Amino acid sequence: MSSNGESKAPSRRDLLALIGTIAGSAAMYEAMTSLGLASDSAYNGPITLSGDVKGASVLVLGAGLAGMTAALELRKAGYKVKVLEYNRRAGGRNWTLRGGDTFTELGGFTQDCDFDTGLYFNPGPWRIPYHHRALLDYCKRLNVALEPFVELNHNALLHASGAFGGKPQRIRDIETDFRGHVSELLAKVATQGRLDEAVSAEDRDILLAALKSWGALDQNYAYKANLLTADFRGHAKGPGGGLSAAPVAGETIGLSEILKSRLWRYLQNFSAHLFQTTMFEPAGGMDMIGKAFARQLGNIIHYDAKVTRIAQDGSGVTVSYVDRKDPAAVQTAKADWCVCTIPLSILSQIPLSVGPRMKAAIDAVPYASAVKIGLQFKRRFWEEDDAIYGGISFTDLPIRQIAYPSSDLNRRGRGVLLGAYIFEGAGAYEFAAMPPADRVARAVEFGARVHPQYPAEFENGVAVAWHRVPFTLGCAGFWTDETRAKHYEDLCQIDGRIVLAGEHASYLPAWQEGAILSSLDAITRLHERVVKT
Amino acid sequence: MTRKHTQHASRVLACAVAIIAAVLLASAAGAQAQSTMPSAAERAVSPGFRFAETSGEALYKNVCQACHMPDAKGATGAGTYPALARDQNLAAAGYPVTVVVNGLRGMPPVGYMMTDEQVAAVVNYVRTHFGNAYPDAVTAADVKTVRPASHSP
Repeated sequence: MSSNGESKAPSRRDLLALIGTIAGSAAMYEAMTSLGLASDSAYNGPITLSGDVKGASVLVLGAGLAGMTAALELRKAGYKVKVLEYNRRAGGRNWTLRGGDTFTELGGFTQDCDFDTGLYFNPGPWRIPYHHRALLDYCKRLNVALEPFVELNHNALLHASGAFGGKPQRIRDIETDFRGHVSELLAKVATQGRLDEAVSAEDRDILLAALKSWGALDQNYAYKANLLTADFRGHAKGPGGGLSAAPVAGETIGLSEILKSRLWRYLQNFSAHLFQTTMFEPAGGMDMIGKAFARQLGNIIHYDAKVTRIAQDGSGVTVSYVDRKDPAAVQTAKADWCVCTIPLSILSQIPLSVGPRMKAAIDAVPYASAVKIGLQFKRRFWEEDDAIYGGISFTDLPIRQIAYPSSDLNRRGRGVLLGAYIFEGAGAYEFAAMPPADRVARAVEFGARVHPQYPAEFENGVAVAWHRVPFTLGCAGFWTDETRAKHYEDLCQIDGRIVLAGEHASYLPAWQEGAILSSLDAITRLHERVVKT
Repeated sequence: MTRKHTQHASRVLACAVAIIAAVLLASAAGAQAQSTMPSAAERAVSPGFRFAETSGEALYKNVCQACHMPDAKGATGAGTYPALARDQNLAAAGYPVTVVVNGLRGMPPVGYMMTDEQVAAVVNYVRTHFGNAYPDAVTAADVKTVRPASHSP
């Protein structure tokens, strides 16, 4: 694309393409998740499955959040329920790695997590929006303790390799200065009477007052470095006590510098509905949710069970599986109905007796690439040196984000931060193609450009590339408008005695809320069929 | 960026919304600012959304082997990544070209982040390595023919 391409009006197609090609994976993620996710969760409170289930049995495949939601609610409704799970643990992508854990990815690469006691890293989901009401409700019902997840920290950093000499900028500086300059520009246009066609005289005066307030403008509607703007962006020398205590304002950053730096593109992360405060995380690790479900379900979950075939006829469903400890012996489980939550990346490879439309839907969804890397440091230098308590710094480096822990704030000792979150884009594949130790090394190398303390303070790390994860073969279902229009409804139908559930059968891809809402919808429809027949 | 790639990327990203796209449009220069590409087949991290590697070997080692593994023998967990070593499915060159460009079941259409030349290079590399010895090389023009048609804006 030529540089003058920016000056002419681009087509929607050009715009969409540019998200991926130019803005990078974090931005693409925002764009991809925007559609259909801007509204509140469709949760209507705990479901009630009333009526006679006539002794029916249900086989649930997968003990992730979708499968365990189905198992919990169906058992409560009176069904005989059994769950088959590939892993030796429940939760699926609801997963936490702690010191002492070992993880072997596809290809046989094994990582030993050497984090200190109490420190952890969530390789999968790591935050819960306040409007994911179903997940929050299950956390409440299952007594999972939540704590605030700091999404926006005004003192975290925005970093562009080619701007400000590579020096990271504080979010508060970029945000305040950008807002101030834009307010000043708009105020200038308004006072010149050039908005008169768009706003009434009365509204123009109110707009000017609003811009002055919102943009921290002075009495002449100018945005300048002074103690007024310092009240928003912070001071060069903060107010103190006693002698020499007077605050000193810092220099503001010019509009042109901010525009050319492109740092403004990260500000939308803090506006998107999915990332607005308050966000939550389970205290002690995301897997507290999966563990709480599993405690309720007890021994109806059969672990280490790898499903090899799913067959159905008019009388029931027969699932073949092998125990991973004894893979030679094929076992079978039978039930009247089946709720299958196996990721489509895997389900598309399993012989499955469903109609051609559902099969086509199962085969139509590629799985996205994502990499997360947890890094342990000798001390919480981001707090001690940089006064960053939780939140996320953004960079145009391949690591995309550095996220600081939201718990144990202001404590001495070691800490683990998220040293990379790479979703789609070339880097996600390239990091997945590396041996795990190289992923960690590169994350430290790139991160050192944002935090120079990295090399001296780094101790160890764990890198999870979701395409190498044996139980998913990818991060999450990657729908497009086109594939959704063509296949989504077919995927969600009840095919004979089989219904699918999971984030892949939702409009909230990759979110735990999507998995639960999909499951609740699937079992509600299944139950209706059972009680009516 | 060629017209073709613009169209194809839009298919993959079609669920984006225009407001965000418009905001991001102006970020063109920023993402080009730095390059971390080592030469040839070294471990690379491309600076932008698209793969920066050019040789078939570099593309294999930095993209394909994430799933198909360094020895191209694939891997098995709850599901399987098929082996590309000694793979008779590669005999007809059009097949791997189509798979790289359009994806296959769980496999993402990684070709949407590659030029036609890159797709041809990596297909030719795999078809002549790992115990495969198919002499008929594919060209960028062959790749172009399997790129999906654009959709109206």
